Amino acid sequence: MKPAAFDYSKPADLAAALHALSDDAKPIAGGQSLTPMLNLRLARPSALVDIRRQAELLRIAESSDAIRYGAALPHAAFEDGAVPDGSKGMMRHVAGGIAYRAVRNRGTIGGSLAHADPAADWISSLLALDARVIVRGVKGETAYPIDSFMLGGFTTVLGPGELVVGVSVPRLSPSARWAYYKICRKTGEFAKAISAVVSDPDRGVFRLVCGAIEAVPFLLQARDAEAAAAEIDARLGDHSPAARQLYKTAVRRAMESLA
Amino acid sequence: MASEIAGEGIGARVRRKEDARHLLGRGRFVGDIQMPGLLEVAFLRSPVAHGRIRSLGKPQGQEDAVFFWSDMAGIEPIVTRSSLPGYKLSAYYPLSHEKVRYVGEGIAMCVAASRAEAEDLAEAVSLDIEELPAVTDSEAGKAADSALVHEEWGDNLCLVTDFDSGIEAVAKTAPVKVVREYKTARQCMHPMEGKGLVAYWDFQADQLVVITSTQVPHLIRTGLSECLGLDQSRVRVSPPDVGGGFGYKCLLQPEEVAVAWLAMTRKGAYRWVEDRREHLVAGANARQHHYKVTAYADERGRLLGLDAEINVDIGAYSVWPFSACLEAAQAGGNLPGPYDFRAYRARTYSVATNKPPFAPYRGVARPGVCFAIELTIDAIARAVGREPADVRAENLVQAAQMPYTNVTNKHYDSGDYPGSLAKAREMIGLAAIRERQKGREADGRRIGVGFATYTEQSAHGTKVFAAWGLPLVPGFEQATVKLLADGTLEVRAGIHTIGQGLETTLAQVANQVLGIPLKDIQVKLGDTASTPYSTGAYASRGIVMAGGAVSKSATELAGRVKRLAAHLLQCKPEDVDFRDGRIHAGEASLSFGDIGKAWYLRPETLPDDIDTNGLEVTQGYKPKVDSGVFSYATHAALVAVDPETGMVEILDYVIVEDCGQMVNPMIVEGQAYGGAAQGVGTALFEESPYDAAGQPLASTLIDYLLPGPTELPGFRIGHMETLSPYSAHGIKGVGEGGAIAPAGAIVNAINDALRELGAEIGEIPATPERILNAIFAAQPAQAAE
Repeated sequence: MKPAAFDYSKPADLAAALHALSDDAKPIAGGQSLTPMLNLRLARPSALVDIRRQAELLRIAESSDAIRYGAALPHAAFEDGAVPDGSKGMMRHVAGGIAYRAVRNRGTIGGSLAHADPAADWISSLLALDARVIVRGVKGETAYPIDSFMLGGFTTVLGPGELVVGVSVPRLSPSARWAYYKICRKTGEFAKAISAVVSDPDRGVFRLVCGAIEAVPFLLQARDAEAAAAEIDARLGDHSPAARQLYKTAVRRAMESLA
Repeated sequence: MASEIAGEGIGARVRRKEDARHLLGRGRFVGDIQMPGLLEVAFLRSPVAHGRIRSLGKPQGQEDAVFFWSDMAGIEPIVTRSSLPGYKLSAYYPLSHEKVRYVGEGIAMCVAASRAEAEDLAEAVSLDIEELPAVTDSEAGKAADSALVHEEWGDNLCLVTDFDSGIEAVAKTAPVKVVREYKTARQCMHPMEGKGLVAYWDFQADQLVVITSTQVPHLIRTGLSECLGLDQSRVRVSPPDVGGGFGYKCLLQPEEVAVAWLAMTRKGAYRWVEDRREHLVAGANARQHHYKVTAYADERGRLLGLDAEINVDIGAYSVWPFSACLEAAQAGGNLPGPYDFRAYRARTYSVATNKPPFAPYRGVARPGVCFAIELTIDAIARAVGREPADVRAENLVQAAQMPYTNVTNKHYDSGDYPGSLAKAREMIGLAAIRERQKGREADGRRIGVGFATYTEQSAHGTKVFAAWGLPLVPGFEQATVKLLADGTLEVRAGIHTIGQGLETTLAQVANQVLGIPLKDIQVKLGDTASTPYSTGAYASRGIVMAGGAVSKSATELAGRVKRLAAHLLQCKPEDVDFRDGRIHAGEASLSFGDIGKAWYLRPETLPDDIDTNGLEVTQGYKPKVDSGVFSYATHAALVAVDPETGMVEILDYVIVEDCGQMVNPMIVEGQAYGGAAQGVGTALFEESPYDAAGQPLASTLIDYLLPGPTELPGFRIGHMETLSPYSAHGIKGVGEGGAIAPAGAIVNAINDALRELGAEIGEIPATPERILNAIFAAQPAQAAE
């Protein structure tokens, strides 16, 4: 369980880092997902491009309606309230429940999104928050909704030479409410079911997410638990009754704690 | 009742001597060893569960760094014999020969300066395997049309055993009949440190030196000598710090033979360290049983008879020295547990499958049998409509019956089994829980309480093992004690420390006899070059056997010291006693250093008729019986089950144990907690599933869940102390017990919680999915939703 040989570079600036990212090269920041993949030789990049200390990826830009977070900010920065929050504490709450503190110290928000594990916390919670993943390539930046950025389990739109540089999260209205409920068999384990919900009537937003479904999490049309259950049965008919029960329960409990 | 002794002798709650180096990261494990020219080994392992090797090719230019079985001329495969009738032999090759029989079986050994480069080499080996149908289920493997793991066997049954004390009469007349099926998952043992070794050739000693992470160094010397064809005098096994064993490190591993062969033939230094993935995929597995049980009882729930069929999924090969059949023999022999009944029939099948070989894991079969019998007791109680704790208490062997020989001829030496249940019942607060269950929990969960009582046969010896006819038959245990010139004491024993605190407890035994302070006692264990023969650390035998040997040797040394002291103090030996770390006779006193100095440095001061045997003593020990001394305990669990998610939380957990005379209560408690933590894993989390092709579905710790601190309850412990009449100081072993009961106690608690829903589970781990499916099965309408 040792990685195959790879080259390593730590470019001086982001332009150089993008240039270094070719077909066979992978960016590495916290390495909390990539390092195990390297050790298992499931990921075999010819080169690693270290972006952990890129100043631009640690930057935070605030506007009146959104906050843009640099992709290399670690989960711990959110958990500790070390970054500004427009989510009324939702991102802080979600960050505090990611894996273990040791993982949160190193793992980054951009890395988690780029890895696109369907059971990861940011994917589902940021879908509920209607965030945009900012991808930069040689041609410039594109902002993707989560469910357009992620194409499937561990699959995204990212191409060679492209990098997640940040995530832009809309500010919630003062009257907005949110809830996040996940079902894990043990602390730090990837979730068996996730539901995230954001209700922001002042902005005309109600987003209810069913996540950790081994694919891209989805927005439920339903506005109540009973309708959500029917929708889950319809959409996840290939899952076992026990698995569907967990999704339904997560959604219902998220709805209940929102109320 | 528990002894809380002042001082440092037997019964004293002293801190462990070995902790400082471990807490400071100064232990010396296989991975820490540095040696000039040390090369690292990686194995190419089979990607398929069952196949015939068509061709193997070494990477060009690297032929001398890659080894196949065909290179290992003169080496014997690992073959574990047993005298049990009908037992079938398997040849477990250090590297595959012609066939592979499980995913992860070693095919090629690759050597490089670093592990990563060795893994590069392993990838470069060309491999062509004709895949064969795999056997992945013990029940299906019994079928006449099953694929065969070993064609020459003609079936997949390594061993079938039958026991029958006569069940027919009971079966015909018993008013209550309970039929159940139970399954326990395949597990890996997960010592913190995986298996590993360094092997090198010592030219000065003209010896192969094997620094291997093992529980059984002297046995490994024997096993390596046999496989390598090297005289035992030219094999030294020198175990380093061992980061947990649990049975996994009781085995002669194929990698051990292969790496030792490299050192023997290349005369260099080589290391292999098992990584976590290798442990999960290729390491010996444990625990997987399948029970079909019919119990007969009277209207009060008094157990009258038990009829069982037990499959053990033994994997592909028989491990050395315990064989693949010890598990089934133990399962059939121990299923009656701590209960008093005389009609018992059991048939066991040890079924070969295309999975890693099966090895005895902490508790050896008893976690499975305890799970099966304890669920059965609760099922009987439900069938007769009585409190399970009452039914259990009435069925247990009563204190007045001790010593008690049970239906399978286990000789329970001493104890009060119902007493431990009563104490656990009180500590967990059964009456209050039953009251609480009449109401509803505010969070919608359902609470349940469960008990499990077990016996732990510790330090079972010669006749018991001889009956299985294994390569390993433990006999006597010896220990050396040596008083040095400055009055400090060296204790040496051939058993090894694997984290169980023997450096401390053996010193406490010596202190008990001699009074020498622990700080002046050095305990050296395991090295075949410097310690007396021992079959090693397994079967909860360490403190009983090595402790007994240290006690006996120290007693002999005490006599010699007293005779020397009597000469120096001009008194009679019987007037000499040891107190406060010194030697006293009346008003006069000496230090142990005075004795050491007189013997080693000033022999001219000693009389001509002095006993010239000196201050180094090696004596052997064996308890009065070799059927073992039985520790026992009752575990009680209070759980909350979320009927919507199937999630289980352990709200409270009580252990009431009796291991006879405790040498160090803190270490006893550590053993109980550590074992129970592993038992919680068995009950709720750990599982190595395989698909129909024999591919392991849990190859990392993402898929194989181990309980962590937040999943474990704060164990509460109560001690009882019934001395064994058969062992020195009344000590009983306690290394395994904690792991035995949790699955029984926790699943009984889950089923108690699910009772109103009409749901019951009989398969572990009790995952949310299994619990939900049981609830669905009890409520068909809901499942169809």
